[in-house]
Amino acid sequence: MIVVLRPGMLASVQDLGRHGHRGRGICPGGALDALALTLANRLVGNADGAAGLELTMGGCEIRFEAETRIAIGGDDFGARLDGMPLWPYWSTPVAAGQRLVLGGANAGDGKKGVRSWLAVAGGVDVPPVLGSRSTDLKAGFGGHQGRALKKGDRLPLGQSSLDTAQRARRAFGLRGPDWAVDGQAEADDTIVLRVMPGPECALFTDASVAALWGEPWRVTPQSNRMGSRLEGPVLERRRVGDMLSSGVIPGTIQVPPSGQPIILMGDAQTTGGYPRIGVVIRADLWKLAQAPLGGMLRLAKTDAAEAVEAWDSQQRYLAQVSQGLAASGWPAAAVHRATPD
Amino acid sequence: MTSVSSLPRLHALGEAALLCELPAPATLVQQQRIWALANEALQWPAVHEALPGMNNLTLLFDPTQIDASELEMQVLAAWPQLTMAALEGRTIEIPVAYGGEHGPDLADVAAHTGLPPEEVVRRHAAAEYVVYLLGFLPGFAFMGGLPPELATPRRAEPRVAVPARSVGIGGAQTGVYPLVSPGGWQLIGRTPLAMFDPAADEPTLLRPGDRVRFVVESVQT
Repeated sequence: MIVVLRPGMLASVQDLGRHGHRGRGICPGGALDALALTLANRLVGNADGAAGLELTMGGCEIRFEAETRIAIGGDDFGARLDGMPLWPYWSTPVAAGQRLVLGGANAGDGKKGVRSWLAVAGGVDVPPVLGSRSTDLKAGFGGHQGRALKKGDRLPLGQSSLDTAQRARRAFGLRGPDWAVDGQAEADDTIVLRVMPGPECALFTDASVAALWGEPWRVTPQSNRMGSRLEGPVLERRRVGDMLSSGVIPGTIQVPPSGQPIILMGDAQTTGGYPRIGVVIRADLWKLAQAPLGGMLRLAKTDAAEAVEAWDSQQRYLAQVSQGLAASGWPAAAVHRATPD
Repeated sequence: MTSVSSLPRLHALGEAALLCELPAPATLVQQQRIWALANEALQWPAVHEALPGMNNLTLLFDPTQIDASELEMQVLAAWPQLTMAALEGRTIEIPVAYGGEHGPDLADVAAHTGLPPEEVVRRHAAAEYVVYLLGFLPGFAFMGGLPPELATPRRAEPRVAVPARSVGIGGAQTGVYPLVSPGGWQLIGRTPLAMFDPAADEPTLLRPGDRVRFVVESVQT
């Protein structure tokens, strides 16, 4: 059992999402950074799809009632376990009664993210709904009572695959996902997302399409689990007209009449009526999940071949992680990450 | 059979989704072919979700199993041969308490349409509707079939919280809000039926292709 002493800005139970129900209007949801949750799960001997907590902007405190093991993915917000520093992508033993504290914004050590994913050995064992333990915050079901976590919430844990000796093993870690695209980091803190042109890209003026690829975009504070709202040059259509409802997926860049794009995320509705100027490739969605409010993005044009290669490269990294863990006697997460969107 | 010749236009929606779009205008016959394509494509091993839109279909696929170009060819090859059988939807009756606290905008719709409130209710309940797709919220059905004279623009000020199971008119569409949500439609009534129940085997009351009739349970004007 774990107890939420302070949830921070927004904490919810999430796994790798609720797939297969979009035709009913049910969004996939799930951890916005599926890569971070997957890695954290493997570090505590869980299957990739075990449920953890998605924490927003730090400021939270959690008590563990029984001995267990935890790992944090994403930004650590200066995490401490009973005062001892805890790094992201480290697997750490926890004694009964210990408290995990994530500091406030900017408490971390430089890399400014916005979310953290906490995995606990055994996974958060809330009842699965429609095949997933993720919280659908908008529709109010799944997760813990269909809502964001509150102070005093107690969450049960599932059966861990770790034996007593493994649970107690001293802390170890792995190298987290690389922020650089093909080894080339941006000079400043700008996050580069690779984007394929969307079905309605040609609806926009040449100048607007050039601005999409060429100009920097700021992530506004109105961003949430439904979408990241960007601020930059106004994107204009060649002609105005109504669009019929059509499918959207996480990563879809919609442009409402304001001309300021929105990149849809896991909790976005399943169909939309705004033109889709582009789609962020799957391999880069995790970076968007961690893009700080007020942070800068650059959208780099790419194609399907590069997108598939980027995805394969991420899968190779995950396979290396599994091999490394197995080689050190850690229970291998045999389950590969479910294909997300 | 005129629409058989209209092949869908195909666009990538990222590297793992394919949008199949039919030429305008949206018609029931075209939408039936969309449903048929969805059923067909879900049999293909690389396709794991099919999401009907209005006059379009999005297929989610695993690009490590199939190339986008192969999938496109598969769609175009399947298109002329789709079997339209077994697409007869069910008929679902939705009881509605019209007007009063359940339908606070019934008077506004009456004023806009120039019809007495009782007549708005009669015509709304006399029509037969077809579910084109579910989207926006779990179990929210986009339906065709609203009598054109009942079309009423959305409210100038959307409500922050529309009560769950409210029946509304928004432009030329009618529908039922499955959950409490923000919304700008004109609310004319409310149904006691749950449109969405995540614990049920069938989580949504309606499916694409279903025919819907609203049944007058009560009218308050």
